[in-house]
Amino acid sequence: MSELSVHHLLGIKYLKESDIQLIFETADHFKEVINRSIKKVPSLRDITIANIFFENSTRTKLSFELAEKRLSADVLNFSASQSSVTKGETLIDTVNNILAMKVDMVVMRHPNPGAGIFLSKHVNAAIINAGDGAHEHPTQALLDSYSIREKLGDVANKNVLIVGDILHSRVALSNIFALKLQGANVKVCGPKTLIPKHIGSLGVGVVSDLKTGLEWCDVANMLRIQNERLDISYFPTTREYTKQFGVNKGLLNSLDKEIVIMHPGPINRGVEITSDVADSKQTIILNQVENGVAIRMAVLYLLASKIK
Amino acid sequence: MSQKILLSSKEIHIILHRLACQLLENHLDFTNTVLIGIQPRGIFVAERLCDILKTKYGVAHIDLGVLDITFYRDDFRRGDKTLEATKTKINFLIEDKNVVLIDDVLYTGRSINAALTALQSFGRPAEVELLTLIDRRFSRHLPIQPNYRGRQVDAIDGEKVKVLWKENDGKDIIYLIKK
Repeated sequence: MSELSVHHLLGIKYLKESDIQLIFETADHFKEVINRSIKKVPSLRDITIANIFFENSTRTKLSFELAEKRLSADVLNFSASQSSVTKGETLIDTVNNILAMKVDMVVMRHPNPGAGIFLSKHVNAAIINAGDGAHEHPTQALLDSYSIREKLGDVANKNVLIVGDILHSRVALSNIFALKLQGANVKVCGPKTLIPKHIGSLGVGVVSDLKTGLEWCDVANMLRIQNERLDISYFPTTREYTKQFGVNKGLLNSLDKEIVIMHPGPINRGVEITSDVADSKQTIILNQVENGVAIRMAVLYLLASKIK
Repeated sequence: MSQKILLSSKEIHIILHRLACQLLENHLDFTNTVLIGIQPRGIFVAERLCDILKTKYGVAHIDLGVLDITFYRDDFRRGDKTLEATKTKINFLIEDKNVVLIDDVLYTGRSINAALTALQSFGRPAEVELLTLIDRRFSRHLPIQPNYRGRQVDAIDGEKVKVLWKENDGKDIIYLIKK
């Protein structure tokens, strides 16, 4: 297996296990590249990529842009807030206008679930989903699994606990698909109101008590409380959430083993995790960020090689 | 498809020793010289030469690196298949060093061109030389020639030179394969 089974990266759901392994192996090589003094390779010198962000993003956008530049691609950046979208232009029109400028690939973040899938059916370019509403965020899940593989040697048979707002989280859904595909055991933990009712159908267990979950897991992925998506109150107060589902040093020290703490960022310090945990050696948050560039380079490289 | 033996195990052995002597003549103790094998098949030649220089000629230390050129190739997206990368491992600086690039077969020269571009990511070498075990003459697409060559062969475009190594393929032998 030396090429991806897909032409777009719309979600982990559409990938095979062998695709994930190919992305990881390619990312290993790019990780070596980005640790050189000259961090650039010329592979994508004849490829133009548009980063279209209909929703705010800092690290994903920077990470994609850096990955594109490290591969020598030409990059166009587009934010919906400064565009004709505010004048009523449709998604397909916006993208087709951009593609008319001979763009080969589109990296898109959009607030609506399925926006990437819709686009891939209507425009002639390779689409990479950089987050579509509460649906999927595939590159985040890939870099999370890659970071687990790097830290623990393998993803298969590891126990991974995802804590927080599972209901609104595209990171959680993509992570669940990716982890299950690689043979990991997954449980979720959070306020009942933020756990989807049919989560069991994905082969995922639910733990209501955080300490029980932490005792079970090898890795805890602490999701951010996304206040911007919480249109109604799902839990009484942030303080109460922190008390029940926040990780602090005392709680970690009370466990009989050392677990790995992950966070997709941006961190609400003192909410999901305390500062002393965020800055401790148990966390691999900054490794996740570094790996994000390598993973995105791998995805771009492998998808670009299928553009004829 | 037919194949004939281009070089036997014994001939390869003799040629490698001769190449090692030629390197020694130009670089003496290898204090300012590094060897870089080009992935995937050049690394076997580089490892053998390094081994001969150390065991037979008493060179104390040689910096040996392996270089993958996949991301620098000029045929990205031109073929049917995705170009799959392999490992690069260069644990030393090549700034102001004499670099000897090592590959098994020199054909069109495009791999060497990519390797020269890739080398730039590791510094500015004082000088770069090229060593190849087999030099397929009259088939170059670029003005690239080896400084050290094992054997020069005439092979037409439809033919293929296949180099097998004991550590990888069970025996040392080089075939010329005609389609």
